[in-house]
Amino acid sequence: MTDKSALFDFVVALADDALVLGHRLSEWSGHAPTLEQDIALSNLGLDLIGQARLFYTYAGEIEGAGRNEDDLAYFRDQGQYRNLLLLELPIGDFAQTMARQFLYSAFLEPYFAAMMRSTDVRLAEIASKAVKEMTYHVRHTAEWVIRLGDGTEESQKRLVSALDDLWCYTGEMFVETASERLLVTMGIAPDKAEIKSQWLTRVGRVLTEATVETPRDGRMQSGGRSGRHTEHLGHLLGEMQVLARSHPGAVW
Amino acid sequence: MFTLAATDTDVDRELARALVVAGDVPDPEIPVVTLLDLGVLRGVERRDGIIVVKLTPTYTGCPATVAIRLMVETALMDAGFGCARVETVLSPAWTTDDITERGRERLKEFGIAPPENGARLTLFGSETVTCPRCASTVTEKISEFGSTACKALWRCTSCREPFDYFKCL
Repeated sequence: MTDKSALFDFVVALADDALVLGHRLSEWSGHAPTLEQDIALSNLGLDLIGQARLFYTYAGEIEGAGRNEDDLAYFRDQGQYRNLLLLELPIGDFAQTMARQFLYSAFLEPYFAAMMRSTDVRLAEIASKAVKEMTYHVRHTAEWVIRLGDGTEESQKRLVSALDDLWCYTGEMFVETASERLLVTMGIAPDKAEIKSQWLTRVGRVLTEATVETPRDGRMQSGGRSGRHTEHLGHLLGEMQVLARSHPGAVW
Repeated sequence: MFTLAATDTDVDRELARALVVAGDVPDPEIPVVTLLDLGVLRGVERRDGIIVVKLTPTYTGCPATVAIRLMVETALMDAGFGCARVETVLSPAWTTDDITERGRERLKEFGIAPPENGARLTLFGSETVTCPRCASTVTEKISEFGSTACKALWRCTSCREPFDYFKCL
């Protein structure tokens, strides 16, 4: 593996994470329980899609084969997508959406904070921009996790069920790929071992405040980073890519 | 914050004029403030005879970015600069502290509470936001995310009016 291909793999994975989760959030537009939450979820999605664009554009430049952000987003199939499985799962109910968003934002915020010190200037720049947005995501979703857990019997039941369903997908956030390992030694990618303890502390604190138990680690699912996905990603990509593929090269 | 890269005085004068033209472009979503007020203008250069305007985005996914780019290019063309180019600069990342005093005044007159200077968000931290209408500080947050990426929705418990708050970033 060359340094260049490792960096490309790493940046594409960051972009895929942001795009897939951003697209999932966009499914709430016009469907959220209240107008304020509808706008909030769309805004979270917008931030992620903005981050995806920055990462895809950079990945295209690293590759140097003339692919732009749209080529990478719309003209790769599911086997070429490198996003975490956690992020491609259907939105479920409001509790599932908020639980996933919290579990992931609580990881991404310290991850971007660490990436601000990357020896890769471009990644450090993107991280210093994106970390500010993630701070809002963590706060907003943590507040909802607490509200749902420490709310009614029904809301707590749904939150607990969401956490139980999602927990086995959280392990993949901390799995280091071969590309990442190389980039960590070069000071380009953050070390996930350090992020994990921060994540556990933060998640534990919020779940305690939400009066629910932190699920126990069991067998963890993984595969997204190597292109082995759940059936859900294909459906998501089908819907997201159809327009661009029906009219390749279209501009307006 | 502005950089005027140039070699001789005539070019300097042209670049200074281009900077004024670009800086006067209103924000498409909050037209009471200009790009200069917002602090997103990072400088103007001339490269290979073409004016290059450097802008920094407020939020990575802000849809106004595309509109702003077009508006700057059009404004420069109308001012006789021919084909100008807009370049995105990410670093240093934009912060609401970059909004000028004049920008803050204009936001307030428009009914948007300007960001509290230097205030930074902490998990579960609380903010004090002043009502842009009656100046009361007895206000409460309705939603962290408002009508645009950069605003939150608040309500004044003194005058009962809801208002937009330009979030700290």
